[in-house]
Amino acid sequence: MDVQLKRGLLDVCVLAAIKSEETYGYKIIKDLKPFIELSESTLYTILKRLETGGMLTVRSAEHEGRLRKYYSINAAGIKRIDDFKNEWEEVISVYRFVTREDKDEQAGIS
Amino acid sequence: MNKQEFLKELEKELSALPREDTEERLAFYNEMIDDMVEEGKTEEQAVAEIGSAADIAKQTLSGAPAEETENAQGKPKPLLKVLMIILIILGFPLWFSILIAGVSGVLALYITVWSLLIGLWAIEASLIVFAAGSAAQAVALMAVGFGTSGIATLGMGVFAAGVSVFLFYGCLAASKGVIKLTKNAFIKIKSLFRKKEGAK
Repeated sequence: MDVQLKRGLLDVCVLAAIKSEETYGYKIIKDLKPFIELSESTLYTILKRLETGGMLTVRSAEHEGRLRKYYSINAAGIKRIDDFKNEWEEVISVYRFVTREDKDEQAGIS
Repeated sequence: MNKQEFLKELEKELSALPREDTEERLAFYNEMIDDMVEEGKTEEQAVAEIGSAADIAKQTLSGAPAEETENAQGKPKPLLKVLMIILIILGFPLWFSILIAGVSGVLALYITVWSLLIGLWAIEASLIVFAAGSAAQAVALMAVGFGTSGIATLGMGVFAAGVSVFLFYGCLAASKGVIKLTKNAFIKIKSLFRKKEGAK
């Protein structure tokens, strides 16, 4: 897959994982596992990028006598997800156009 | 490998990064392993799942995580460089004349400083010559019998000699100062070029 495309996808996946509720690193990896395999080091890079880009907020809180970092989405992050959705509406309609002939051929055979 | 061993190894592998950065990464993996252990895994299992410290360091230091093996950020750079070169060439009449003017200004200032110094040394030399001349004249006048005039001339000579001693130290200090300044300026200019070479 195109690197730039994959990077964008991963960013939005992580944002989607923290959208519904404040969450922590390991839970993001677990939640995304059924859809996309994410290594710990990749997650670190993405979270750092999103934090620098002002799309999420980080806070440290105590959990079971140790510190855990919690991530929550903010307005810019939600906008990023919405933009992604709109872009993909377009991509899907282009995809339909591109694969249109394939379908015609299949229809012709059957 | 347990958590402590893993973190220690990772710290060693990431030693090229800024201290703060390394600590943040170590805290991140520490939290990950703790969360896995809380879920029922052993530390060894958790560490094995995260992968080897060497691999993580390799990905981290190359700036490309496993899922992003190509460096997409590298692409716009050549274009930017070409644009810079074009700008430099097109702007040549402007920046070159400004550069020449700046360099000439600094050079003129430098030459002025040295001219002043040469002037001071010339005054010093003339004072010494005057002192020596006065002494000789004083001796000659006294030998001929003009004692009072001789003493007056001698006085002038001694005065000139005194002033010349003061001026000598002044000239020496000023010259040393300017030479030191020149040396420092050269070192700075040199390091400027070295930095540019390093950036390439």
